[in-house]
Amino acid sequence: MTITQPGFPATRRLILKGSVAVALVGLGNIPFGLAPAFAAANDKYPEDAFKQKSEVDAIKALYGKTAESSDKVRLDAPEIAENGAVVPITVSSTLADVTSISILVSENPNALAASYKIPTGTLPSVANRLKMAKTTNVIAVVEAGGKLYSTSKEVKVTVGGCGG
Amino acid sequence: MASTIRVRAISSGETTEVQALIQHPMDSGFVKDAKGDLIPPHFIQQLTFEYDGKAVLVADWGPAVSKDPYVKFSFKGGKKGDDLKISWVDNKGASDTTMAKIQ
Repeated sequence: MTITQPGFPATRRLILKGSVAVALVGLGNIPFGLAPAFAAANDKYPEDAFKQKSEVDAIKALYGKTAESSDKVRLDAPEIAENGAVVPITVSSTLADVTSISILVSENPNALAASYKIPTGTLPSVANRLKMAKTTNVIAVVEAGGKLYSTSKEVKVTVGGCGG
Repeated sequence: MASTIRVRAISSGETTEVQALIQHPMDSGFVKDAKGDLIPPHFIQQLTFEYDGKAVLVADWGPAVSKDPYVKFSFKGGKKGDDLKISWVDNKGASDTTMAKIQ
C-alpha cells in the first residue's frame, strides 16, 4: 500500500495536466483557424491574382484550384467589339450555390479583369464592361458548391482598349 | 461634391435589380498621355453593395474594367423605400460611399 500510494496521485495529476493542455490548445485553435479563412473569403482584395499574367495562374492564385469546362456557365459577349475600351460582358449560371464569378481576358497584360463574390440570396448573374487590348478569349469562371466551372468565348476587337 | 456613384435599384417584389454607374478614370497604367509619359494606374479595387447590414455583392476589380464602370446584378429580397449602401475604394486609397433608395 505504501508503495502504490505515491504513484496514484502522480498519474492523476498527469491526466489533469494533460486535459488542461488539450483544452488550451483547443481554445487557441478555433479563433486563429477561423478568422483568417473568413477574412480571405469575404473582404481581402486579391492583389496577387490580379498581378498574374496568364489566366491559368490567375485562377490558381484566386481560387487555388483549376476549373472544368461547363455548359452551365453562360457568357454573353459580343462576337465583334468595335471599341475594345468598352466591351459589355455578362456572366450567369444555372448552377446552385454559386459563391463567386470571375471574368478573365487572356490577351490583356494581366488576365484577371473582375471577380465578384456572390453572397447567399444574390442571383448568379453579373453584367459589366471591360477593356480588351486586342482580339482575345474571354473566360468566365463560376465557383459553385466549392468547385470551379468555366466557359470561354472569343471576342474580336477591331480597336484596342489600351490607348489605341 | 456630387457623388461619383449613380445607382438605380428597382424591386420587383421578389428580387431587386441593381444598376450602378461610377465616375472613375480606371487608368490601367499601360496608356501614355499626349507627351508620351505613362499614366500611372488608378482604378477601383473593391466595390461593395450592402443591404440591411449585409453585403449583397462584392466586386474586386482590376484595371481592365472600363472607364466609368457599370455593373448590374440582382438579389433576392429588398423592399421599396429601403436603403442600399454602395461604397468603393481605389488603389490610391480614395473612396466614396452613397446610399440609394430601392424603388
